[in-house]
Amino acid sequence: MTELLEPRAIGRDTVRRDGEAKVRGTATYAIETPVQHPAYVHPVQATVPLGRITGIDTSAAEAIEGVVAVLTHENAERLASTDDREFAVLQSDEVAFRGQVVAVVVAETSELARQGADAVEVTYAEQPHDSALRVDHPDLYKPEKINPSFETDTAEGDVAAAMATAHVTVEETYSTAMYHNNPLEMHATTALWDPSAEVPLTLWDSTQGVHPDRAAVCEVFGLEQEQVRVICPFVGGGFGSKGTPHAHVFLATMAARAVPGRPVKLGLTRQQMFSLVGYRTPTIQRMQLAADRTGRLQAIAIDVVEQTSRIKEFAEQTGVPTRMMYASPNRRTTHRLAALDVPVPSWMRAPGECPGMFGPEVAMDELAERLGIDPVELRIRNEPERDPETGKPWSSRNLVQCLREGAERFGWADRPPAGHREGAWLVGTGVASSVYPTMRQATSTARIRYEDGRYVAEIGAADLGTGAWTVLPQIAADALDVDEGDVEVRIGDTRYPIASVAGGSSGTNTWGSALTVAAREFRTKFGRSPADGDEVSGDVDQASKDDAHAAYAFGAQFVEVRVNVDTGELRVPRLYGVFGAGRIINPRTARSQLLGGMTMGLSMALHENSVWDTRLGQVANHDLAEYHVTVNADVGDMQAHWLDEHDPYVNVMGSKGIGEIGITGTAAAVVNAVHRATGIRIRDLPVTLDKVLTALP
Amino acid sequence: MKPFAFARPADAAEAVATVATEPRAVFLAGGTNLVDHLKLGVARPDLVVDVRRLTSREITDTADGGLRIGAAVTNSELAADRRVRERYPVLAQALLAGATGQLRNLATTGGNPLQRTRCVYFQDVSTPCNKREPGSGCSAVGGYTRYHAILGTSAALPDPTAPETCIATHPSDMAVALAVLDAQVQVLGPAGARTIPFAELHRLPGDDPSRDTVLEHGELITAIDLPPLPAGARSAYRKVRDRASYAFALVSVAAVVADGEVRLALGGVAHKPWRASRAEEALRGGPVADDAVRHAMDVELTTAQPQPGVDGGNGFKIPLVTRTVVATVRDLTQETQA
Amino acid sequence: MDADITLTVDGAQQRLTVDTRTTLLDALRERIGNTSPKKGCDHGQCGACTVLLDGDRALSCLALAVAHDGAEITTADGLAADGELHPVQQAFLERDAFQCGYCTPGQVCSAVGVLDEVRRGWPSHASQDLTADPELSHDEVAERMSGNLCRCGAYANIVPAVRQAGGVQA
Repeated sequence: MTELLEPRAIGRDTVRRDGEAKVRGTATYAIETPVQHPAYVHPVQATVPLGRITGIDTSAAEAIEGVVAVLTHENAERLASTDDREFAVLQSDEVAFRGQVVAVVVAETSELARQGADAVEVTYAEQPHDSALRVDHPDLYKPEKINPSFETDTAEGDVAAAMATAHVTVEETYSTAMYHNNPLEMHATTALWDPSAEVPLTLWDSTQGVHPDRAAVCEVFGLEQEQVRVICPFVGGGFGSKGTPHAHVFLATMAARAVPGRPVKLGLTRQQMFSLVGYRTPTIQRMQLAADRTGRLQAIAIDVVEQTSRIKEFAEQTGVPTRMMYASPNRRTTHRLAALDVPVPSWMRAPGECPGMFGPEVAMDELAERLGIDPVELRIRNEPERDPETGKPWSSRNLVQCLREGAERFGWADRPPAGHREGAWLVGTGVASSVYPTMRQATSTARIRYEDGRYVAEIGAADLGTGAWTVLPQIAADALDVDEGDVEVRIGDTRYPIASVAGGSSGTNTWGSALTVAAREFRTKFGRSPADGDEVSGDVDQASKDDAHAAYAFGAQFVEVRVNVDTGELRVPRLYGVFGAGRIINPRTARSQLLGGMTMGLSMALHENSVWDTRLGQVANHDLAEYHVTVNADVGDMQAHWLDEHDPYVNVMGSKGIGEIGITGTAAAVVNAVHRATGIRIRDLPVTLDKVLTALP
Repeated sequence: MKPFAFARPADAAEAVATVATEPRAVFLAGGTNLVDHLKLGVARPDLVVDVRRLTSREITDTADGGLRIGAAVTNSELAADRRVRERYPVLAQALLAGATGQLRNLATTGGNPLQRTRCVYFQDVSTPCNKREPGSGCSAVGGYTRYHAILGTSAALPDPTAPETCIATHPSDMAVALAVLDAQVQVLGPAGARTIPFAELHRLPGDDPSRDTVLEHGELITAIDLPPLPAGARSAYRKVRDRASYAFALVSVAAVVADGEVRLALGGVAHKPWRASRAEEALRGGPVADDAVRHAMDVELTTAQPQPGVDGGNGFKIPLVTRTVVATVRDLTQETQA
Repeated sequence: MDADITLTVDGAQQRLTVDTRTTLLDALRERIGNTSPKKGCDHGQCGACTVLLDGDRALSCLALAVAHDGAEITTADGLAADGELHPVQQAFLERDAFQCGYCTPGQVCSAVGVLDEVRRGWPSHASQDLTADPELSHDEVAERMSGNLCRCGAYANIVPAVRQAGGVQA
């Protein structure tokens, strides 16, 4: 148990510190870094899904005036490490997926770089490829672990026996689509290799973690950490795709090293991002639920099939939330992968929980329907006293309160009957639960210095819109017991102490803990009247840690859906979420994060779908005109609320993390509402109008 | 993106002469489609001729009670024009259902109907496409066909390797409204001026899917004329799409309902704005109750050919377009009665 | 092929040489060094590059610079040229109508255009009555702002911000 910080700055809804720069457009993102006389880099992508390069003719490209260099596997430098085959760019003639980079052109302007890339002639020996995920794929295998290090399968009791004898069962298969993170800022790197400089390599990269980014570059190029600096003050969104570097970071570095002393800029196109910066695997989820007549679960099981790439494994932990969400004596989760000739999947907002709260939460709705029990009540009846997986007590679990408060705010008790019609619209309501684990990373250090009458805290953290620039000073101020205005926090640079990746909703928990350790150390060492230049560091591993409790944020989302009786067009006029996510550091930025997650959840429910063309081995709709994300007009009355939750076990701030929980459960709530409106149960995302057409009058 | 020369002639006649003498020259107006295609490598001109300021930006009343719209009038200006809003709501609605405010401020009256298909394979130069590269084949057949044609395709069951195969749709909303309004297109070409009925501007793929329209190289749209609608006519545009805004049509309907007459044009279903003349004929002089409209659409769609595809195909468009037409005509009829 | 052009950007006249292929967006970002307008797709599919072009909101990624020789361009940075934030910017700040900030300058320019278009009485897809003067209702603002994607999902804050800047008490 931890004594929480006395909240003074914490809890205040201050305006973003970086807000003015952002509304003016003067916040500088990676590709915008002002550098002297930059060269521009444009990648050339493979046009076959599997095979070998048999010839690569760069002469036409090199003949263009203004083309500085053309790099291919034939002339690119040999990398120190090629263990990670996503990072091992231009090292061989092998093509492992369509869209893989086979050359880069460096030129005086972006137009010339692009022209040069078009002029590179590549011939291939194409081989038959396999890029189609199927539930009965013959090569499905069991990965050793699932992301990041969970057990692949778990089992307790006898699910089959419970299914055979239970009063009511649900046994259905659900699927989620392939999704691309698509942050608005396209992935980009500005790189400078200056061998004569003290730090020869500087990368201005759009990344969720400058230190992890640097570590990967050092490994691949055989450089020492002191030789590399990564800078990233602002990130134009990431949602996981910038949590780990991708091929372009190494290509930019390679290009910079080919033109020593000259900065290079590599910005991927939106189209290129569909094969080069990760995505969420499609998932197929076979669900089994068994319940007694009162609705108590007797069995819950999920068997997940999903894909990874042949060259690098990523195993999305889709079944993980089923392990802890509801009480049941018999339980099973499994994960099987097909390794395909496809781009490398990776993190996308709430990996595991996001797809993994779709099938189960729709299945719960189906169970409620079969039992004739209200779906809110069904969830309440299956509330576990302890974590069903570990047997640990909860640090705090307020799912029931979220459901009750959400129902109250939404007017759930007075919701219209199934199939209710208002004019040309069928109206339906739906609910689903949300969950996300509360995490803290093992590594992060903050340094606090007293400077010119202010406290300056430095940590290599990242703000990808999450509000770190604003909330870290709030935490530091309370930890130091000073006014927020007396604290400046600097982030986004490997010159500052090491910080963990901004991912897993763990940033504030981790960096805030390190800041607090440093602040306490500072006061211990220098008291309340420090001298100019007094400085200490604090590590997150010195913060108190609790292993005795299972820590999660919970939530409930309520949706009103309208389906046009003529056309099947779907609208969501209301989406309310209530969350129990510990103490909220800044209500203004927190609300934005929760709404943002819900909006992306709505987008997943209704729109997003990377349509895989199995013939070509690529995403057919690879741009923002055809890969639909929710637009402003799709969003109606959307509200995020939270409980005043006091959790003394998670960390000294009492915060649980809010970046991801908002996207979990949303799509299920939408599907459940569509069912109530139309009578159609859609088990495959997204819910598009063609899928409801046959149910319309 | 290959290099090109840029020219801004003094007037439309010089622009036409310039393009006519250079086989790889193109006109540039608002640029919203051409610049996109320059970057993708879909358009590879040697010369770009800027005509943005060379045609009229005025909307004027014509002697017959209609309107003449200069080719340089932007989509925003046209949709905001009082006369258009009052007399041709189908056109204002179609324009406002298309693209976004910041695109409509650039896009022009002459350019919008000439925008090219949004077929994902047409836009991806790494895949075969008969429209982009004649004779290379059609990648769309059996691929991602959600936005593709069900009417007027080159064959009942298209052969993806055949040079004539194309199942692309025309993406313009404005063009569907112009088709239902019996608009006339004023064209200036190397051989002089001519007038093309809007319904004849766009073509089916036939044996040459690379050609979207009947315009010859060097012909420039200078204005579009709208004839007056019959007294008491009502008109509307209804667009059905995958998100609430900023998306191309899955299907769309432009409808005019007048005494004893229903006019219908369909978007998102064919290589060109599809005037549903069979349905119009079936409805002529008769009642326009739901059943009659449904029956008329059955007649219209007898030749419809749904396309299978990697995402479930586009067979849903057949019931969808019928439902959309029925609802649109019903709304217009009820409006008339009210 | 190069061309010499003149642009007035945020009130300052700029003479520059561009490739005929250079878009207004790249002329601003890569030639002039004004990175307020953002590149989010480069194909007119996201709205991040929205600027005021001769007074109207427009996508700078789909405009060739050479075709807009002599144009007057205002970016989000230029809206606050005298150091004071524009009311739209102030409302975005107060309503937290952004997170990562990357789409924001485009949203801001677009919102300025929207308020002007509504003042001029321009209808939208959301206008129930095409011939009536539009109001700054939720639906009107949401439709008119739909050309600006926000992947962080700030729409629920953007609409109130635009309405606030337009004088609607909400």
